[in-house]
Amino acid sequence: MNTKTAEGRRALGPLSAASFMRLGATYLGLIVLDAAALYLMYAFAADGIWELAITIGLITLGVNIINLRADLYALRWIAPALSLMTLLVVFPIVYTVYVSFTNYGDGNLLTKTQVLKLLAEQTYLPEGGKVYGWNLYQNDAGDYALWLTDEVASDSYYFATLDSFEPVSAVAAGGELPEQFQGYRQLSRGESLKAASAAQALSFGGAQARIGIAGRREAGEFAPRYEYVEAQDAVLDHKSGELFPANYANGQFESAAGATLFTGFVSAIGTKNYESFIERDDIRGPLARIFAWTIGFALLSVISTFSLGLFFALLLQSKRIPFKRAFRTLLIIPWPIPGLISVAIWRGMLNSNLGVVSNIIRAFGLEPPPFFIDPTWAKISILLVNLWLGYPYFMLVCSGALAAIPRDMYEAAEVDGANWRQKFRSLTLPMLLVAVGPLLIASFTYNFNNFIIIEAFNEGGPPMVEAGTVPAGHTDILISYAYRLAFGGGRGADYGLASAITIIIFLLVAGVTLTQYRLTKGWEEISENV
Amino acid sequence: MSEPRKKKRRRYSLAQDIQLALQILILVIAVLFAMFPILWVISASLNPSQSMVTQSVIPPLPETRTVFAEEAGTLLQVAAAEGTRVERSAELILSVQNADGEAELRSPKNGYVRNIRYQVGDAFEEGAALYDIGSSYMINFHILFDTPRKPFLRWLLNSVVVSSTTAILVVLVSAFSAYSFSRFRFAGRRNLLVLILLVQVFPNLLAMVAIFLMLQQIGNHIPFFGLNTTGGLILVYVGGGMGINIWLMKGFFDSVPREIDESALVDGANHWQTYWRLIFPLVRPVLVVVGILSFVGSYNEFVLARILLRDTESWTLMVGLWSYVSVSFAQDWGVFAAGAIIGSLPALLIYLGLQDQIVGGLTQGAVKG
Repeated sequence: MNTKTAEGRRALGPLSAASFMRLGATYLGLIVLDAAALYLMYAFAADGIWELAITIGLITLGVNIINLRADLYALRWIAPALSLMTLLVVFPIVYTVYVSFTNYGDGNLLTKTQVLKLLAEQTYLPEGGKVYGWNLYQNDAGDYALWLTDEVASDSYYFATLDSFEPVSAVAAGGELPEQFQGYRQLSRGESLKAASAAQALSFGGAQARIGIAGRREAGEFAPRYEYVEAQDAVLDHKSGELFPANYANGQFESAAGATLFTGFVSAIGTKNYESFIERDDIRGPLARIFAWTIGFALLSVISTFSLGLFFALLLQSKRIPFKRAFRTLLIIPWPIPGLISVAIWRGMLNSNLGVVSNIIRAFGLEPPPFFIDPTWAKISILLVNLWLGYPYFMLVCSGALAAIPRDMYEAAEVDGANWRQKFRSLTLPMLLVAVGPLLIASFTYNFNNFIIIEAFNEGGPPMVEAGTVPAGHTDILISYAYRLAFGGGRGADYGLASAITIIIFLLVAGVTLTQYRLTKGWEEISENV
Repeated sequence: MSEPRKKKRRRYSLAQDIQLALQILILVIAVLFAMFPILWVISASLNPSQSMVTQSVIPPLPETRTVFAEEAGTLLQVAAAEGTRVERSAELILSVQNADGEAELRSPKNGYVRNIRYQVGDAFEEGAALYDIGSSYMINFHILFDTPRKPFLRWLLNSVVVSSTTAILVVLVSAFSAYSFSRFRFAGRRNLLVLILLVQVFPNLLAMVAIFLMLQQIGNHIPFFGLNTTGGLILVYVGGGMGINIWLMKGFFDSVPREIDESALVDGANHWQTYWRLIFPLVRPVLVVVGILSFVGSYNEFVLARILLRDTESWTLMVGLWSYVSVSFAQDWGVFAAGAIIGSLPALLIYLGLQDQIVGGLTQGAVKG
């Protein structure tokens, strides 16, 4: 087998039976993988989701090359991780970029290929087509069938099940219909009426004839309603005779009169989503405020959690404090509790009318502030909750960093007659910031995307009035705003716009990270570690 | 704040004693701030009345209240048997016949129906004691475990399955990569390592829209990995939790002397055997740490789970717990609090049990910068 390095081959000599079997297993595995991948690629391509088909193809190609070339042996170990990261981290980022340039959203949820497939299934009853009278039958399995009477020559009958259509000659003209026929039972008038709406959605007669129920007494032979005219890239509606050319500017099949078909398709609409940041009043105003609050929230969170954490760490440094370990354990309790649960608890405690905090405030004869309704109070509350969630981390980190500052530096400062304030400002803090600085920046980017606290505390609320129908709240940060646009309901999903906002986040996060590496010369450190 | 004192000085000045007292006072206030929500949640979980009005730090004692007849009548039907749990205070307990015709007597508060004092057909006077409603500290826990439309145990099971599968897969897959990065020297190795770290700058939470759309499409063809499935969620967690762990593990693998595996290779073992028999047992500490962190991380994850799981049956614990408090006017803080306590326990126990190791790892990283 070719999975051996030079040393291994020397040790084991020529191809042994065991290694031959392992080679076979490799090939077998690859064949199974390739077959599955090919099926998926075909399925996605048939849906018109080329980007996913291509990604899967590239991953499979990579896995094959890595496993078949002996000189890429080292990569074989990394291939699973690389495949997963490509599919679930890299592809989503690239796909987000793509979606941000499209109109993907409610009303435009399917690819053009999928829409055409859907249109091809639509049928209609053409004028001048053959019309029958119908009676409904049902078998024990619950399947329906139609007894059809030719309206013109009322002596000819047909029987249409879901997949067959055949003339019946056994019954005399104008005679009684049989109670039972081919295992089907005739439904009574009442039963027929009840079942009519279910039966109306069906197409009878299988491939030979597409018989459908058209009215209370009429059934007829249906014809495909839409036809895709490839030369004109348009859909022809046989019922009205109208032509609906594909309009890629809005992802609709649109007639000259401006009418559109019942569903649009995902279409690249260029930079329209990004332009709406500037052009649309209901997006520009909220977006600017959300942006400012995102930065403010992240900055204030880092500053407050770091300050309080450092303060507690300094307190716990004091030698004479009794029960130090107990204090420390109790103070880090907020840290391991799942974030969602912590935020929800605060949400309950701060409830304006009934919450325990409001009750305590009332006990002092004061009126509790509107923690959720007033924008400023909502922001203050969120910062307070985030302080509770975040200080234990910095307390732990600062304790460690403080312990690492050499004692003799303090002694030297004391000899020079420095008081504690001077020592803190010119010795402790600078030393600490060198150690903790990167964590501060990491905490900034984390809070920048701290979706849980925003969502669990107040769902971004209170809502901004000027946002109109676009869902936006005063405490929304960029990521929660993107979530609201995509999944928030109300106005309907707008994946394109949500992705465009995600791109802003990407750029900001990348910018912050790059600056961080510049400042801390992180790249050199990474190179050393490698 | 307080610097190391000289050892010679045994006695402290008054100013220093005041300072110490002040420090302890501040610490006590800090502990109150840290613990208050915890105490509240414990209190709320034990509070038998599910209304927030009566919320207090100390939950009221369970009580038994007798329901008296407002007017004379006859008992027609006992709708709720002895011991039935009444969740909302509007449940039908008895049907009676009185002067105005048939009437339905509903429960005035949450609790368990006890001591129905009349048989069907018995007549009773105005003011007669009909039955008792007794509350219990455990009622919130009973409701939590026994509400069919909110299957708490199912959510817990889903969470455990998702988190442990994620943890195992993340450990296995990143350990393979870490072994390769640590032991082999190949073209593009450094670039690949940096690339993995760079990609990790964007957590896959950011691309939630794209991940949602992708899983929707995948689910059309492989239902096992579609929306609403444990498989899909695990796939997303595993894919997103790889990069930083590869780095963490590689560092640890590097600390295992290369001579160990080199001698094995010379003895005729191949890399696969060397990895499983020699290296894997040696790096177990880091595997355990990565596994625990992955477990807790995916156990606590809420955002992606909420987007990708739409059916009640497929929810994880966090998504399920959220449903108890997210809908205005239908919030049930008592039951939520009971679920929050049970839901927090795994992470809490792991962190407090391994406090020193985790703190050690954190501060070590901090000092290194």
